Amino acid sequence: MKPFRYARPGGVAEAVRSGAEQPGSRFLAGGTNLVDLMKLGVERPDLVVDVGGLGLDEIVVDSGGGLRIGANVRNSDLAVHPAVRRELPMLSQALLSGASGQLRNQATAAGNLLQRTRCVYFQDVSKPCNKREPGSGCPARQGDHRNLAVLGGSAACIATHPSDFAVALAAADAEVAVTGPAGERTLRLDELYLLPGEHPERETSLAPGDLITAIVVPPLPFGTTSAYRKVRDRASYAFAVASVAAAIDVTDGVVRDVRIALGAVAPKPWRAHRAEDALRGLEPTASAFRAAVEAELSVAEPLPDNAFKLPLTANVVVSVLSDLTGASR
Amino acid sequence: MTAITTRAVGSSPTRIEGTAKVTGAARYSTEQDHLGDVAYLWPVPATIAKGRVEAVDSDAVAGLPGVLAVLTPDNAPRLETPDDAELAVLQDHEVSYRGQFVAAVVATSLETAREAAASLHITYAEVPHDSELTENHPKLSKPEKVNPAFPTDTEDGDVDAALAAAAVTVDATYRTPPVHNNPMEPHASLAVWLGHELTLYDSLQGAFAAQQALAKLFALPPASVHVINEHVGGGFGSKGTVRLGAVLAAMAAREVGRPVKVVLGRQHMFTVVGYRTPTIQRVRLGADADGQLTAIEHAAIEQTSTVLEFAEQTTVATRIMYAAGSRRTSHRLAALDVPTPRWMRAPGECPGMFALESAMDELAVATGVDPVEIRIRNEPDVEPESGKPFSSRNLVACLREGAERFGWAARDPRPGVRRDGRWLVGTGVAASTYPSYVGPSTASAAAEPGGGFVVRISAADIGTGARTVLTQIAADALRVRVEEVRVEIGDSSFGQAALAGGSMGTASWGWAVTRAGERLRAALDEHGGDGRLEVHVDTAEEVKARTGFAYHAFGAQYAEARVDLDTGEVRVPRLLGVFGVGRIVNPRTARSQLIGGMTMGLSMALHEEGVLDPAFGDYVNHDFAGYHVAAAADVADIDAVWVDEQDEHVNPLGVKGIGEIGIVGTAAAVANAVFHATGVRVRDLPIRLDKLLGGLPG
Repeated sequence: MKPFRYARPGGVAEAVRSGAEQPGSRFLAGGTNLVDLMKLGVERPDLVVDVGGLGLDEIVVDSGGGLRIGANVRNSDLAVHPAVRRELPMLSQALLSGASGQLRNQATAAGNLLQRTRCVYFQDVSKPCNKREPGSGCPARQGDHRNLAVLGGSAACIATHPSDFAVALAAADAEVAVTGPAGERTLRLDELYLLPGEHPERETSLAPGDLITAIVVPPLPFGTTSAYRKVRDRASYAFAVASVAAAIDVTDGVVRDVRIALGAVAPKPWRAHRAEDALRGLEPTASAFRAAVEAELSVAEPLPDNAFKLPLTANVVVSVLSDLTGASR
Repeated sequence: MTAITTRAVGSSPTRIEGTAKVTGAARYSTEQDHLGDVAYLWPVPATIAKGRVEAVDSDAVAGLPGVLAVLTPDNAPRLETPDDAELAVLQDHEVSYRGQFVAAVVATSLETAREAAASLHITYAEVPHDSELTENHPKLSKPEKVNPAFPTDTEDGDVDAALAAAAVTVDATYRTPPVHNNPMEPHASLAVWLGHELTLYDSLQGAFAAQQALAKLFALPPASVHVINEHVGGGFGSKGTVRLGAVLAAMAAREVGRPVKVVLGRQHMFTVVGYRTPTIQRVRLGADADGQLTAIEHAAIEQTSTVLEFAEQTTVATRIMYAAGSRRTSHRLAALDVPTPRWMRAPGECPGMFALESAMDELAVATGVDPVEIRIRNEPDVEPESGKPFSSRNLVACLREGAERFGWAARDPRPGVRRDGRWLVGTGVAASTYPSYVGPSTASAAAEPGGGFVVRISAADIGTGARTVLTQIAADALRVRVEEVRVEIGDSSFGQAALAGGSMGTASWGWAVTRAGERLRAALDEHGGDGRLEVHVDTAEEVKARTGFAYHAFGAQYAEARVDLDTGEVRVPRLLGVFGVGRIVNPRTARSQLIGGMTMGLSMALHEEGVLDPAFGDYVNHDFAGYHVAAAADVADIDAVWVDEQDEHVNPLGVKGIGEIGIVGTAAAVANAVFHATGVRVRDLPIRLDKLLGGLPG
């Protein structure tokens, strides 16, 4: 591991200042991903700013049912919070489907959002990777890409975002509260995550020193009718090969509103706006669900070993929405 | 001391070192904290698959604070030529596979060593490599023998004629991927020199063999090498012989003049410790309409490295399993630019029986004969290959006992018709087998002045419970309570003994411990119990005299599989193994061994696969996020039981090895259950959801 300086700031402002002043600095929270990557030489920060002592560990529920989740709230605490379980079961289910009990006890909410791809080439410094080393190339298209992106990738990179939690947050229209050198702002998840394009090394719109202090989940009245389903290669402790977070509001026999986000298919949590638009106003039937998700996936660009993600994702969307609405199959 | 008549063998004492292990008092190899200033070595893996190291530029590293030495092919101490070519580490500039160690850094801290190793600038002359095993690979050739010394090919009767005349035939090709040894404790070595005397604390499966190999490598008399492996955190065969880490530790410790630790990183485990070769296996069966076999052909294709030839004995179990008028087996091997495959739990039997027992299921389907019944119909009277009688063989009893316990009788043979909500449900069966090996061993037993007894043998407890069962065996031989016996193992100075490998530990060490105990008991009875008395035994002659029978263990495994209609996800809610494995010394540790093997077989069936990227020539998913082993949630209702089996021929204790048979047949049982659930026959492991998804009923 490369020697690094370690700072424990006394407050958010000091943390932001430290992070902004030192190029190549990293914020450390739970450390479940960053420390691994430092051991592998993928991350080589000169300065590690430990934000674990800043508090930021409260969950505030507003009167409308919205949530403000402190950046340092542990995944396990958030998953079992009564308001989360009641108002947004998909959020709790997504958290509990991730990693292992030990890791969830350690990992933080904001850290979960900023974890890095598990693409094998990204994690192996002896191999090229455009994300880790811009311009070095991407071996995944010809190599191991079974669990890489079918949507939103680019010639330079088809890495997938590994988080479950972020998929459910995307479906919930969540935002992150950011404090940076220029002050505070909020970003929708769509604004936080960038698609790779020609610059896969830029994964988020956060600038040096920008610190996520909270995740803000607006009220979602039909969030109680929501679910997260994760498909994986073993029963536990595996990243998704496909996942779906969905919430649906059926009133008077038609879909009044619906939220669908897809995981493990794209470089970021993939909000399925096309499928949502297709469904609003329709009767909630399995065939309508299938047509909607197929419309979403029509823009996919699968490779030989990950093409199975298309029928798999379609099946899971149909399954989740059918279960939520009681549609027969 | 009171002589007693109750037997300890057959009872279930808990592991003697259990408390020490769970409290941390037990010291594994590199946890010796009495050695003063220890240095740390981190190896540097090659980043090409084939070529030469042209230069190692260590200038930028050598001056770093804490760096003690940089070992390269140019400056590493010369070793004597080893029997195992893998051990010639840093002895030349050749690179034979990606990940081969080409340099190493020794430093005062692990972090410094690792960072310096990452900073070394190495230039290579790279040449094109070829790392992908294919069915028609031009390098395929016939090895001289297969591991350890079986004939490469066998032929008995006219297979082609029998196949041509058969009422029913099966002709299918099965594939198993590379699977990787990953004991919880990685290979860990700590070397200490005192003058010209080397002490090695290591995680090996056999201290004595390691002592001999290291003495040869470093040109020392064996008595100058002392190997200690008191506690070992798993091995599966990958620690069967002395490995690279030990050689590097010994080399480096002499260079820097202080003890050196080498603990491999998890990523290293996928290259330098030996893995199970991928296999491509064609099985052809011919049978009459009632499922009576007339022909069995089993042809295996597998790989080795260019460093040394390791030819896994993939089809040997087929030579002894079923009665058939004709049989042909073969092995073809391609030496590729890949890490060297070696032993992994039941090498040969494990991948081979996946193919044979899947094919038997296909034959059952083709003939309409029940999968349990078809195996019973083909039960041989004698070992088919040799014509020798079995010392004992209880496959049929295991199949019947398992069918009864599992509720097989009511099984509807039609595939793909049982649903529970969105799950498809099915059941499958497969047979298990593993040879009952035994190796010569020496042991000593002594009456201690203060009372009690000490038995010493260079055995290894790699998590199996060996220390505990040897104590039980010793107590019975001495006719005393187990509390009066202390068994010391894990030390090369106790003399020659068999490895903790080939499932022969209890049979081999137990034999020697029995003889030592009996001889001491007799001496005590003759001379009285006072004073110091010590006896030494060697079972070499007795072991050599074991002949005249075919010695194997058998079993039957039953699996239930559930497959999600929407996703193809597979779950195995029930797994039952019934085994005929001779006398059970300790039911508690025996069950643990058997269900451990079955769990590893389940893991092979559903999860494990080293993913080769042919462009690089290595297994790219080299960590536990990318390489899945079964998690606790994958293992539901799993059980192992045994039939009563008394075998007076196999060895004096009547025991058969149980370390490996549990992994044999499991993958086929699961694959057969998945077929029964879905109607989809998966012939290439692992059975992942993408292989099922397209074939599931709508």
